[in-house]
Order: sequence, then C-alpha cells, then structure tokens
Amino acid sequence: MALRKVKGNLERMFDKNLTDLVRGIRNNKETEAKYIAQCMEEIKTELRQDNLAVKANAVAKLTYLQMLGYDISWAGFNIIEVMSSSKFTYKRIGYLSASQCFHQDTEVLMLTTNMIRKDLNSHNMYDAGTALTGLACFISGDLARDLANDVMTLLTSTKPYLRKKAVLLLYKIFLKFPEALRPAFPRLKEKLEDPDPGVQSAAVNVICELARKNPKNYLSLAPIFFKLMTTSTNNWMLIKIIKLFGALTPLEPRLGKKLIEPLTNLIHSTSAMSLLYECINTVIAVLISISSGMPNHNASIQLCVQKLRILIEDSDQNLKYLGLLAMSKILKTHPKSVQAHKDLVLQCLDDKDESIRLRALDLLYGMVSKKTVMEIVRRLMTHMDRAEGTMYRDELLQKIILICSQNNYQFISNFEWYISVLVELCRMEGTQHGSLIANQLMDVAIRVIAVREFTVGQMALLLDNAHVIVGPAAARSSIAEVLYAAAWICGEFSQLLANPKATLESMVRGKVISLPGHIQATYVHNMLKLYTHIIATAEEEEDSEMVDEVTNLLVERLPVFVSSGDLEVQERASCILQIVNYVQKCHKNGEKIGADLALLLSGELNPVAPKAQKKVPIPDGLDLDAWINDPPSESEADDYDEEGEKADIFVKAESSSRERKKEKYEPTEDELQKLRDARRAEQASNPYYVKSLSQSSPRPNHNNIQVDEIPVAALDLNVSLKIPGMTSLDKYQVVDGWEVGKKRHPKKQKKRSKRRGRVSSSSEEEVPQSHVVNTDVGEMPEGANFSDDNEPDDRPEDDPHRALDINLDEPLAPNEVLPTRTHYEVRSKPSEENTTSNLIGETPSKKKSSKKVKREKHKKHEKTKKKKEVQSEDKPQESLILDLIDPLQGVSVSSEEAPANANHVNGVLETEGESKEAPSDDLAFWLSTDSTNVATKVAEKDSGLEKSTNNAASPAPEISDKPESKTKKKSKDKDKKPKKEKEKEKKKHDKKSKKKGKGETEAKDISSRNRADYEETNGVCEEVEEEPVIPQPPPYCRLLAEDSAIKLVYSTTAMDGMMSHVVVNITFSNLSSKDITKLELSLPDSSALKIIRTDLDSDMLNLPWTLAPGQSQDSQVSFTTEDDTIPHKLRGTLYYSQDGGTTNELLIRLEFPVTCFLSGKTASRSTFTDLLGSGQLCARSSFTVPECQLSFPQVLEALARDGSLAVVESVDQTASLYGRSLRGHHVCLLVKYQVSRRLTIDGKSTEGTLLSNALDHLRTILSQAKSSS
Amino acid sequence: MIKAILVFNNHGKPRLSKFYQYYNEEIQQQIIKETFQLVSKRDDNVCNFLEGGSLIGGSDYKLIYRHYATLYFVFCVDSSESELGILDLIQVFVETLDKCFENVCELDLIFHVDKVHYILNELVMGGMVLETNMTEIITRIDDQNKLEKQEAGLAAAPARAVSAVKNMNLPQQIKDIKLPDLPAAIKDLKF
Repeated sequence: MALRKVKGNLERMFDKNLTDLVRGIRNNKETEAKYIAQCMEEIKTELRQDNLAVKANAVAKLTYLQMLGYDISWAGFNIIEVMSSSKFTYKRIGYLSASQCFHQDTEVLMLTTNMIRKDLNSHNMYDAGTALTGLACFISGDLARDLANDVMTLLTSTKPYLRKKAVLLLYKIFLKFPEALRPAFPRLKEKLEDPDPGVQSAAVNVICELARKNPKNYLSLAPIFFKLMTTSTNNWMLIKIIKLFGALTPLEPRLGKKLIEPLTNLIHSTSAMSLLYECINTVIAVLISISSGMPNHNASIQLCVQKLRILIEDSDQNLKYLGLLAMSKILKTHPKSVQAHKDLVLQCLDDKDESIRLRALDLLYGMVSKKTVMEIVRRLMTHMDRAEGTMYRDELLQKIILICSQNNYQFISNFEWYISVLVELCRMEGTQHGSLIANQLMDVAIRVIAVREFTVGQMALLLDNAHVIVGPAAARSSIAEVLYAAAWICGEFSQLLANPKATLESMVRGKVISLPGHIQATYVHNMLKLYTHIIATAEEEEDSEMVDEVTNLLVERLPVFVSSGDLEVQERASCILQIVNYVQKCHKNGEKIGADLALLLSGELNPVAPKAQKKVPIPDGLDLDAWINDPPSESEADDYDEEGEKADIFVKAESSSRERKKEKYEPTEDELQKLRDARRAEQASNPYYVKSLSQSSPRPNHNNIQVDEIPVAALDLNVSLKIPGMTSLDKYQVVDGWEVGKKRHPKKQKKRSKRRGRVSSSSEEEVPQSHVVNTDVGEMPEGANFSDDNEPDDRPEDDPHRALDINLDEPLAPNEVLPTRTHYEVRSKPSEENTTSNLIGETPSKKKSSKKVKREKHKKHEKTKKKKEVQSEDKPQESLILDLIDPLQGVSVSSEEAPANANHVNGVLETEGESKEAPSDDLAFWLSTDSTNVATKVAEKDSGLEKSTNNAASPAPEISDKPESKTKKKSKDKDKKPKKEKEKEKKKHDKKSKKKGKGETEAKDISSRNRADYEETNGVCEEVEEEPVIPQPPPYCRLLAEDSAIKLVYSTTAMDGMMSHVVVNITFSNLSSKDITKLELSLPDSSALKIIRTDLDSDMLNLPWTLAPGQSQDSQVSFTTEDDTIPHKLRGTLYYSQDGGTTNELLIRLEFPVTCFLSGKTASRSTFTDLLGSGQLCARSSFTVPECQLSFPQVLEALARDGSLAVVESVDQTASLYGRSLRGHHVCLLVKYQVSRRLTIDGKSTEGTLLSNALDHLRTILSQAKSSS
Repeated sequence: MIKAILVFNNHGKPRLSKFYQYYNEEIQQQIIKETFQLVSKRDDNVCNFLEGGSLIGGSDYKLIYRHYATLYFVFCVDSSESELGILDLIQVFVETLDKCFENVCELDLIFHVDKVHYILNELVMGGMVLETNMTEIITRIDDQNKLEKQEAGLAAAPARAVSAVKNMNLPQQIKDIKLPDLPAAIKDLKF
C-alpha cells in the first residue's frame, strides 16, 4: 500500500502541473487549440485515477482552461470530489474551480449540500472560509434553503473572519431563498453593532444592497445607521451608509432634514474625495426629496454646486467625470444653479475624454432654453461630424433629439429649423436611431400643422434622394426607417405636395424592393394615397393624359411588389393593383372615378391616447377567458399543422398566388369596405397615430397654400453626401435670421437681431413662437381616466429583489423559522476522514477547551444568580429556561415592557394591529426631534426607539435587546445615572411581576410565558463550531449476549454530521480458556435499520482476529436508520469456533432505544436558548419520579451517559439538557430536583414521538439505576 | 455589487476572470473581448470610468479600470458601489499582489492565476467587498499558505525539485512592473 503510494507520487511528479500547462500553451502559440485538446485528453485520464492529488492537479488545470473559454462543466463531478478532500490545499482548488464554473442551475450541486455543511462546520477556519467564498459564487435555491441555518450559526462564530463572510453570504441566501430574510433579519441587524469593524461593514454592505432595491422596508433602521454615521470613522462603511441614506430620503423627507447637517459637516471636514463625493450625492438626493421653499437649503445647494465645480475643474479626469455626474442630478430640481456653470459644461463638451463628453451632454439637456437651443444643437452637430466611433455619434444624435423634443418641443421656436436638423441627421452614417428620427419627423408633421407643408416638401426631396440615404453602408444601420416616415408623410398629406407625380415616380423607382418589408408596405400603401390624389386632381382638370401616365406607371411597377417575399407588401400590392386596374377600366369607359376613389382614404385621423387600448372597458357579459368554440382536440391541432404547410407553399409559389388573388380581389363595394376597414385597422395599429392629431384640427385646405412660400434652397451638387434641394441648416445660423420667421414676425425681427450678439446670456426672455404644437392627450374610451394608476413594477419578472420586498417590521409569526435539516442526506460509505476513530481521537482536545468554558460558565451562573435574587423571589427555580433567556433579554426591563409582555401572555395576536404601526411611530418620534446636538441625542433616541420596539412586539425583543444590554454594560462606568434608572425600572418590573404571579396560577404563568418566549424569538442555530463543546461521557455499555465461552457488550454512539449514523461498538471478551477464531457476525438489515457495509453482497461480517483466552477485542458497526423517533431492535447471530473446532452459534439482540440516536455534542448555551425561543419545539411531555434514589449529580450523569444528552446548564438542583437526533430533531429537557427527592423532567422537542419514546427510556434508565444503587 | 473582475494584458489576453453573475464560457470570452476593446482604445490620461458595454451591464453598470504597465484591471460594478472606492480597491488589490509576489509582474499572474484568485477571494466575496485592510488580507493569505505548506510536507519535496528543474529553461523572469505613482487625488483616499 505504502509502496503504491510512493509510486503514485513519483508518477505524479512527471504529470503536467498548472505551470507546465501554461508554459506549454505559451510555447505552442501557433497550434494552441491542438495543444489544449491534447491537454484535455490528459486531464481526462488524470481525472479517472484514484489519487486525489492527481485529480486536484487536473482540476487546477481545468480552471485555467476555463478562463481561456473552454467549457469544463463536464468535470463537475470530479470538481466535487476534489472539494470533498480533507486537505485544505485540494479543497481550495476544488472550491475555486466550482466558483468559476458552477452556477445555480448546475445539477451536481445537489450532491454537495452535506459536504458544504461539513466544511462550514469545520474546525479549520479556512475550510469554512473557503466554503463560504465558494458558496457565494454558486449558491442555488436548494443550497440556500438547506444551509441557511448553518450560515446563521456562523454569524455567532468567535472568529470575525467567519462572521464577516457569513454576513455577506446571507445576502446571496436571501436572493435565492427569500423566506430566510425575515427570520434572519434580526441577527443581521445585530451584526451592525458587531465589535469587529469588518463584520460591521459587511452587515452594512448587505443591508445597503437589500435596501437599495426595496428601500421602504428599511426605513426603520434609519436611527441605527444615523448613529453609525455620526460615530464611525471607517470610510468604506460611511460611504455605504451615506449611499443608503440617499436611497431612503426620497421616502421620508424628514429624514433628509435630519441628515443635512451631519452631511454638511462631513463635506467640510473630510479629506477623502470618495466620501466627499458621496456626501454631496446624498445631499442632492435630500434636496430633491425636500419640497422647495426652504430658504436655508439654498446654502446647501450652493455648497454642493461649489464643491462640484471644484471637482470638475480638477485636473484629475475621474473627479471631473464624477462632478459632472453629480451635477446632472442637481439639474433635475435646481436647473438654475447648474445653468450658472454653463461655461464649464460647454468646455467639458470639448474634452478629449469620451466619458466626460457624454456626461456633459447629459447636463446640456437641462441647460437649453429657447434662446440657446439653436446654438447648442449647432455645436453638437459639429461634434457629430468630427466624432469618430458610431457609439458617441449615436449618443449625440439621441441627445439632440431629446433636447429638442423635451416637454412637447418647449424650446423649439422655429420648427422649420428643427425639420432641417432632422433631415440633416438623416445623413448620419450607420446610426441606430433611424426610427427615432422617423418618429420625430412624423410627430412634428402631424402635430405642428403650420410646418406640415414644409415637412412634406422636405420629405418629397428625401424620397427623391433615397439612394443617397440608403447607401451601401445602410445595411448595418436603421436609417432606412426615415423613408418610412417620408413615404407616410408624403402619402398622407399628398395634397400639400408640389409635384405629386414626381414624388410617386420617385417612390416606385429605384431599389425600393431592397428596403425592409414594413417600409415597402408603407410605400405601397402611400402610393395608393398619392395615386388617388393625382387621379382626383387630374379628373377635375380633365387631364386624361396625366391619368393614363400615372395609371400605367403603377400597372407597370406594382407587380414587382406583388411578387415580394413579404406577405404584407404582397397583399397590399395586389389589392392596390386591382384598384388601379379597376380605375383603368372605368376610365376606358369614360367614367370618372376620382371622387369615389378619394372616399377610400377620406376621414380624419383622430389621435388616440397612449394606453387607450388598455383602458377600453370590458362590456358586461363578455368573458374573455371563455372559449368561443370548443377547445381544439389533439387531432385538430394536426390539421392546423397541415394548413400551415399549405400556407408555406402558398407564399413560395408566387405566380399561382397572384392568379388566385386576382380572382379574389374584385373591387366590389364589399371589397372597398374591407379595404377601408383594413386601413382603419392599420391606422389603429400604427403607433404614429397614437399621440397625434386633435379633433379640432381638420386637414388643412391645400388651396390656402401658396407655392412660393415653400423655401427652395440652392442646389449644391458638389457635396456628395448632401441631398440636393434639402434646406441647409446654415441658413438658420450663418445667414441672417430666419426666412420664414422674418415673414411672419416682421416686427420682432429687429429685437432679435439685437439680441443675437449675446445668445449665451442666461436671460429667459420670451422668444416668439412661430408654430403651435398640438399637445392634446388624445382619445380615450368612455369612462376611462387618463392616469398612471396602473404603473406596473418595472423590474423584470425574474429579478430576485421582487421577492425580497418583505415587510421586516412585522413581528415574526411562529412558523417563520429557518428550515432545519430533515430527511435530506446523502447516504454513502464513510470516507477516510470520517471514521469513528478519528472522531474519538479528537475528543481529548475538546475536553480541554470545554473546561475553560465551564469556568466561564460558572461566572455566568453567578451573574444569573444575582439577577435572580433581584427578580421575584417567590419563584425560585421554577423555570430555568426563562432564566437562561433573561440575560439575553437585557438588563434593563423598562416599565413599559411589562404590560407588553402581559399582552404577549394573553396572546400575540392582540398586539398585532398595534405593532404594524409601531415602527413608523418610532421613526416619527426619532425624526420629530431636532437634530441639534446630535451626538447626545442619538443615544436617547435609540433607547427610546428600543423601548417602543419592545412595546410594540417588534421582531424578537430578545435579539434587539442584546446589543442594547451590551452597550449599556459598557457605558455603565461612564454614566451612572442611567444605571440608577435601570434599577428603578427593574424594581418596578419586579413589583408588577409579583402582582401578576399572584393573580394567575403559577403553572399557567410558566407555560404561557414560555410560549411567549418562543414566539418572540427566532433564529435557530444548531451548531456553533467555535463554542466549545460539552464533553460526551463514555458511552453506556449494555450486555449483548453471553454464553460460557464468550461475552458481548455493546455501546452506541450517534454520529451526526455529514453521514449521520449510529456507531455500535461491540466488545468481544473471551471467557473460556481456549482461543476463539472464525468469528462471524450475521446481522440482517431490518426495515428501518441498515448496516453500512464494506462488503455489499453479504450479510456476514467477518471478524478477522483470534480471541485469546481472557482477551477482549472491539469491533465497530455503523448503522443508518430511516426513522429515529422510535426504538429499534435487531436480531442477529454470532458464529464462532473454539480452537478451530465446531462452529458455535450465539443469538444476539441489539437494542436501539431512541436516545442512542441522540447526540449532545453540539449543545451550547446560546443555541439552546435560541432553540427554545424559536417556537419549533412544539411537542412537550414530562414525567415525575416521586422519590428518586439518586442524588442530583448522579441523575445528571445517568441522563448524560445513558441518554446521550448533554448538560447545557446546571444551576443548583436544576439543569437543562439537550440532544439532537440524527435527523436533526431537537430534544430539550429541564430536570428539577427538589429537596424532597422529587424529580421532575420536562421535555420539549420538535418531534412528539421521539420525545415520548426518549422520556420512556429515560424513566427506565432512572428506575434501573435506582434499583442498582 | 461587483458583477465581474477582469484582468487582461495590453493585447487582450485574459489573465484573470471572475464573474459574480453566471455567463457561459462563450459569452465570458465575448465580454472580455468587448471590455478590452472599450478600455484599450482609451488614453492613459482620461478618466477611469466607462459606461458599461453592451454585453455586460446596462445603464446601471459601470466599468472602472486601472492600467498598470502591461495589465488592465477592470471592475464592472453597479451604482451601489462608490466609483472612487472601487478605484481604491483596485489599488489595494494590486498592492496586495505586489506584496504577495514580491514585485509583481505579468508573469506572476500568468503562472499563478490560482494564487491571484485566492488573494482576490480575500478582498471580494460573491461580488461584495469583503476586506479593504491590506494587513488583514495579507495575514489571511499567509495563514493559508502556511497551511498549504504544512499539508504538502515532505511529500512535496521531490515534486518541488522536479518543478525546479523544469523551471530552469524558463527565460530569465523579467520583473518589469513597477507600480506607478498614484495620482495625488487618489492618494487622498485613505481608507
């Protein structure tokens, strides 16, 4: 064996390690893929080997390859193998690999639960640390649920390193398992006052993350954070807290007022830029939340703006960037303060740094006015010409449109200029915002009637020059969308066109067919509109030549569209072709059809309000969910498929479809009606109809339009990208004044030219508006009101934070506890590191440490005793459990608390109504006080808060009081006054409780108070690794079987942990004078009890040794059980032979009382009290031994030894004991021993059957012990 | 929250990638590539913040990076992190690396990416800042290294010898990274 190991080591030396792999990859640059493929093969063979070191090496290499982009998830199982190694070195490799390639949906993760639990509870702090770190990366919902408790336990670890990591991991657990938030939250809150700054910081971090997504639930924590903010000097933490306040202030303006002063102080005092910056940010948030009209806050704004200016002017680009970022936040509420720094912003617009330019752009948005909009847009356009990189250009384009269109074009005084800007923007190469421009064009054309004619003219030009816009570079951009708008505008307002025929020609000409389908469809449809208009006009003018020309043009060109691959285009084209054919026929017969044709497209375009569709009320008696027809059966679904195939054929076979359609589309009255309907439907579905026209604006009469008013710009054919005939923007800036404006406002012209010199002045004089923007909301269905009441939560459905929107101020319900681990385990062979001998070997060290604890505990006992003396003396030892909890509940029991407790006694439900309001009341109280003299008042407020939280039965007073008591203890020496007060309060409380004690029967008092206790508290912890462990006494030996030659004695030990099982230690003693050999034990499994075998095939256990006369040998057998709540028995046979003679048989009977499944190993005082308080222990039972023969210590010894229970605490003649079963059920006992030798044992458990069986067994033990003594 | 931490060299070769949100390997590579393209085209004298790329993040996310000699250290964070704080964290990270590797250079990161991960794990856990105090971090790392050495014990000796032999043909290791002096403003950020 050893040889093989050495050999393995030698071989391993020549395996590739990570360094070799990296080096190999670097040496094979040309054939990297090939080399890595070869390495992968090697890794696969390495993973097949048994040696864990080889496997770890392979996994380490895989982790490196993962970084290079190779999928390594196939090795998931091997990674887990490496993770489960007992060596830290390998474990760390495994966890690293897992954290790199596992994620919450990785299936092998479900195998890891118990392993990770074991690691979390490991003695080695770094094992646990590695597990916590790994878990943070790949935790899944199941893991979160199963391990929540273990992580909670680590929160109480003595090592800050683990506490810190556990706190951070809690956040991940909450995300995956939101139910854990409420029970765990009090603990988390407690960690805000942890003595270790790192833990504190981690807790702040987690709460900040939680509060950022659901701030309203964390408002009640404001006082604690406020205290931290004013006392802490840890900048990391301060930043987080200040950021958190930034999220909270919008919800509570009063909080903001309180914050201003300390924040201002920080701004003045801190030297750390990061802190300064966050302070400014939060002050801004505060100022936004506080309604205006507070004169003294102007100072704060000024301070912020000043400080930001310093940041922006700094040579450090980072500070400049952040300064601009913060400035843009102020802009929203206090634009004037920012506008004063316009020079600075414009300067930043020229910065070489793109990030800074983008931020400056954001600011510009708020800096425009009617006066400055043109200048700013001009600057932006020049930037756009210069800018390299489409990203920045797109950003610029978007900003220009945003700036111009904000507030219903508030700042646009000249819409012709704006249309020109938009047309200019169409020249942008490769933009992704084509639809944005199109949207704007249509919006302006529809809503600004005065500029419509101009727009139509521009659009006609645009259509004419479509080839310029849709150049070869257009493939990757969306600029073609502009043509959609152009076609639609020209069609819809065709009466405004100067030369409709030319426009129609430009529409049918060229590469229209290469445009996207929906644009083609618009083209085709608007051809009809244009055609109709031309025919109608031509008929009026008796211009039959024109009619023929246009008709022939369409008849000639439309078939191209009819054979389009796009169904929509195809359908519309064939429809329109039929109409044109019909018109042609009519004209041959000499009929005039123009007027009828115009009917097709007559009617007003009424705007429809956004959301109108949603608000249409459902008529009475209409059930939208009911089937209209019977639901289709399976076979029918098949039919549909076939039809689908047919449809496919139909689309492909274009020629046949055309014929069919020709037959189909007779332009009957019906068809026309359908067309009209279709048109309406199209309008309804067209988003551009939505905002648009008001009812009050009829279509403008084109007779009023004078052709010479249409501006005609000079043709400039030399510039390649410029569209000939397009108005140039220069006209509006370089050339004197605005042509149109001049005509319309001749009187104001002078004024304007005077002012032109100081365009950038911030004066807000009214610039005359030449156009009216129609800003009607639009049509709504009757009875629907236009409100935003039904705003949905804008977070995506799968955002885990939705589930974390949980009210944390409500008291915990009894069923709200973290799940304990039950019936979820991996059954496998015990691995090497888990053998019993190891575990036994560990106990001596445990004992040492536990002695210390005992000493400590003694001290604690004394304290408790003292307290007991102070407290009511008429119930000396009736309930130790209560006393155990008391020290946690805080030294100070305020006078208000007593009645609240009384309420609890009578039932928690009564106080619920009160409690819901309570937190906000606390906050109100805290907020209502003045923030002057902050430091001193905070303490008062805090105590006030805590008092009232107690009052209102907010979650777990036990927990919230704990830090209080700690801090109070600390402050005892400092100020004596509170101490006195406390004593007074105590006395008051004592009096009250005395009274109560008289009023009620004692028994009722105990039970009800107990109940109250566990309803109030929460949080279950099972194992506290760091807390020293109670020593397990040597197990109790029972006789198994005996005959003349051999005697068998056995003892049981419950081993929980990764593989929960019972180890039975059987001692074989040779009573005869001959050697005993060939020992074989046959133990068939029973239904509920199974042996963990090494040899799976046989029932027989071979014991390979020889038993010399008088000698004893031990053998261990491990059992697992399905049900640990009932006692089990197992029958078997022992075969042996004496001196190689005949085989003898001996029947054996193994008994497993329930207590043998219990283990007190993990008991500790704090977990015990937590458990009692958690309300999990729903089963209770008790028995009394009227006259006990044993002394109290003997009783305890018997219970601990035979009952496998651990003594948690023992005071006088009372003790509490604890044990946990293999499947995680808890058993808690309270033993009272009275002077009259009367012994009472009260039990509580999570499992009723278990408890009663255990108590039965204990009773037998005690009675047996009695008889034996 | 920190969404991802990437370290790559001037040619975009990844030296460390840590994603605190799951992406499959292909997308991870795309993200690294995209981030490299975004970051590498920026001058050294522009600001260290960058609006997130299209693959990672969205409007709430920022790329915060620092450029040291041949390496870029990029953190992708959301708005709950302080920008300057993260810059400082990068500094802490690099200084820790410098201490642990004794004058760190790119080769250290190339050959000991696992160690770099372990160091990073002491700074950031699951996307949240765990520790910023360098002494504490180094204590933890030293402790763990000791533990590793203990476990290796004698068995590792021959293996070490072999790897020493293997290392002999390595070209002289160039220690070319010297941490540049920090801008004065950042120095003010004493945490």
